[in-house]
This record gives sequence, C-alpha cells and structure tokens, in this order.
Amino acid sequence: MDVVVDLSYLVASVLFILGIRGLTHPRTAVRGNLLGASGMLIAVITTLLDSQVFGSGLGSLGFILAGIALGGGIGATLAIRIQMTAMPEMVALLNAFGGGASAFVAGAVLVDTAIPGAQALVATVASGIIGSVTFWGSLVAFDKLRGLLLPDAPVTFPGQQVLNGILALVALGFGAWLVVDPSATGAYLAIVAIASILGILLTIPIGGADMPVAIALLNSYSGLAAASTGFVLSNNILIITGSLVGASGIILTRIMCKAMNRSLINVLVGAIGAENEDAADADTIYEGRIKRTSAEEVAMLLDTAKRVVIVPGYGLAVSQAQHQLRDLASLLETRGVEVEYAIHPVAGRMPGHMNVLLAEADVDYDQLKEMDVINPSFGQTDVSIVIGANDIVNPDARTNPKSPIAGMPILDVDKSTSVVVIKRSLSPGFAGIPNPLFAADNTLMLFGDGKQAILELLAAVQENA
Amino acid sequence: MLAVFVGFEVITKVPPLLHTPLMSGSNAISGITIIGAMLSVSSSNQLTVILGFAALVLATINVVGGFMVTNRMLSMFKKRD
Repeated sequence: MDVVVDLSYLVASVLFILGIRGLTHPRTAVRGNLLGASGMLIAVITTLLDSQVFGSGLGSLGFILAGIALGGGIGATLAIRIQMTAMPEMVALLNAFGGGASAFVAGAVLVDTAIPGAQALVATVASGIIGSVTFWGSLVAFDKLRGLLLPDAPVTFPGQQVLNGILALVALGFGAWLVVDPSATGAYLAIVAIASILGILLTIPIGGADMPVAIALLNSYSGLAAASTGFVLSNNILIITGSLVGASGIILTRIMCKAMNRSLINVLVGAIGAENEDAADADTIYEGRIKRTSAEEVAMLLDTAKRVVIVPGYGLAVSQAQHQLRDLASLLETRGVEVEYAIHPVAGRMPGHMNVLLAEADVDYDQLKEMDVINPSFGQTDVSIVIGANDIVNPDARTNPKSPIAGMPILDVDKSTSVVVIKRSLSPGFAGIPNPLFAADNTLMLFGDGKQAILELLAAVQENA
Repeated sequence: MLAVFVGFEVITKVPPLLHTPLMSGSNAISGITIIGAMLSVSSSNQLTVILGFAALVLATINVVGGFMVTNRMLSMFKKRD
C-alpha cells in the first residue's frame, strides 16, 4: 500500500509541474490548470484511502469530508463571486490561507507526536514562523488593497527595523526552546504569536505601488511554509510542491524588483517617497507648461493616427474603465488604426494585474505587449494614451540620476509623436515625485475620471466619423 | 530535488502575461498542505483533530478557490481571429 501511496504522490507531483508548464502559453494554460487540479485530486483521494486515514473510523472520515465541504464551499464562492478588479485581494487571501494551514498542521502534529525527532521539531518551528508571518502579512496586504483599516501608503515608525529584528530573534529563541524540550507546547504558541506580530509589522511599511513585490514574496512564503510542513510530516509531495511554489514566488519577486530597479531589502524597508516630497520642485517643472486638452481635441488627434499605444496603470483598475477602453480601441481598429497595449511589469498591484484586467474586457492577448517588446516602437507611434499610470512613464528615471526612481526601466511613451495623459490631477504617483512627461511639449493632459474621460473620448471619436 | 530544478526551469518560462494566473495557480498547488491536514484530522488526539480541521478548511479554500479562480481568469485570455 505504501508503494501505491508513494507512486500516486509522484504522479501528482509530475502533474503539478506539467500544469505549471501549461502556463507558459495562454493557449495551453487552461489545460495546464486542469492538470494541476487533477494532480491535487489524485493526492487527496490517495490520502483518503491511506490506511492511516481510512482506518481511523467513520467519525474521522466524517470530519474530513465536512472540512472539505466547508472549505470547498467557501473557496468556490470566493472564486465565482470575486470581481476581476479585486484579483490582488483574492491572491492575498489565498496566500494567507496557505500560510495559516501550514502553521495549524505543524501545531497539530506537535501536540500529537509523543517524542518528535530533532528535524521534525526544527521544521515545526519553521512552519510556525513562516506560516504565521504569511498569514498575517497577507491579511495586512489584503486590508491595504481593500483600503479597510490601514492606509495604502507606507506605515513607518522609528526603530521599526530594530523591533522586527528583536521579534525575529525572540521567536527563534522560543524555537530553540521547543527543539530542546518538545513537551513545551506553550513555546509553539509563543512562536505563532510573535511571528504574527512580525508578519503585520513587516507588511505595514509596504506602500501601494510596491504591492506586486509584497504579493509575490508572500506567495513564495506560502510555498516555503508548505515545504516546512512537509519536513514536519516527512512527506515528500509537500516538500516538492512547497519548494516549487516557493521558487515560483521568488522568481516573480526578482522580476518585480528588477522592474523597479530596487533591491528586495529596499522594498521591504519601504517608504519610498516619504522624504522626496518637494512641492516647489513640482511647481517649477509644471509652471505654465501644462497643456490641458479636451475629448474633442484628442478625437481629432486620433483621427489622423495610424498607430496608437495604450499604457494602462493602476488607475485603470480603480476607475474600472477597462471595458470602455476596449470599446475605444475596437472603434479605432475598425478605422484601420493599429492599437497595442504597453504593459509595464509592475503596473497595478500584483504581477500581471493589467493583463488580467484587459483580458476580462476581451482584449486579444496578442495586443498586450511587454515593455521590452514595445519600447522600440514608440518612435513610430502617433499617439500614446496613458491612463492611470504615472511613475512607470516618468522620463526622469532615464535622465535624472538624482531621482528616487533613477534607473527604473520605463515605457518610453515620450518618444511617440503625441502623448495623451488621462489623469484626475497633477498629483504625484507613488514615488511622490513630479513627472516631467506631463510638461513635455508633445504631451496633452486630459483631466478627469478614467471611465468618464474614455466615455467622452469614445463619443467624440464616433462623432468624427 | 530534481522536481524543483525542473520546476524552476519551467517557471522562468512563464510570460508576464500569465503572472497572475501563475500566482493563483501555484497558490492552489501549495494547498497540498490539505494532505497534512487530513492526516491530522484522523488522529485520536482531540486537540490535533481541532487544529487539523482548521487547517483542512483553510487548505481546501486554497485548493478549490485557487484552481477555480485560475480557471476563470485563464478562460478570459482569448485570441480573436
């Protein structure tokens, strides 16, 4: 029977990897996801039929089925009900539950086992710490994304890093105690409590635009927590799968950091822009050089355009204008205009946020271009429309070595013949710095709410027919 | 170990286009903790059963919610021809 169990787990692991491989192309992605899900089904059924579980009596089986029914019901409801614009929150919640489950399992095993081995104990401590940090850190991220209790902006106080360091050391201290004296289950509670506070403190200094990094990192933690739990149980499939997810999260984290030209440490310490507030600077840049435009004027501009590139940012998600934007793009296309979307890796609040948003609005994925692919083509672009984006199109990153975002790769919209920026006001983006793009000679500002502005633009373009 | 290496190779090939589904999908997979939770629930120790049950519910939300929402997202990525 054990051989059968091991074999099934192996099959499940292979299915997980094949599933992720499916995600390397949108055409195979749906099938890949189904492969992953069937791997999970095999793993669950195998465990259910495992003598240890199946032989434990009808009561236990009842509990298991009840738990699966309850969790499955909640999970399905969330998955069906959640709005596409709220996907960052959904991912944050899923990260939280993954971390929480690991911390619970490690605790459950600890109180169950008479004398656990040293390796299992170290893994228990790791599960407790990583799991709790992931759970609470992700809940803070969720809260910030929803704008419930905590502000979107970084929350910092003096000595924050020192306090975090001390908390981590204290948690490890309790961990050492638990490894030496496995009967001290109270130590595990202390570990979980301290790690919970640590998770909250580590995430509150992370501001809105840094969220993609935080979400990717917490994603990685949830995998590492599962892997540690695998070591607690000496269960290979948990170790393999957890490590896979951990690796995936780390890879994404690295991509996000590179896209901002910042180190991970720099993002985690947070609070970019806090000291860069310089109102006078903004005045000298913008003074008398901002050209305000109207929907009619932009429509005339689009009338003669052959190639239009749309640059979406988080503001698009906030104003939920993705459908109207797609309508505008389709209308332009019927008139023979070539329309593409330029997607910056950190646009939005999580990796891939803009792609999901535009896919929901039925935008063909071939039109969604990565930064490196589309940047060389801005020189041949007649009109670039920037909607709800700021720092990712700030030419200061390229030209001003003193800028806090110096060296960050940006979308070179300023190289197109005309730039239309749709924005509520001249207020700075997340980095808290003025954007010389808004004052450039070829830039027109269309002030207003994203959705409203696009609707007006749509009407104006239709009238020009 | 080999699996992780292969996985690493595969993950680096996922295009930015699909980064969000990669996260939600890998999230679902990390719900593999569900197995540990099931083992705990079948214990004879009452406290273990309670903790295991909590883990089971959370892990199942992860698995079911993760795969379903990923499927929903992926089915939106279409190509018009």
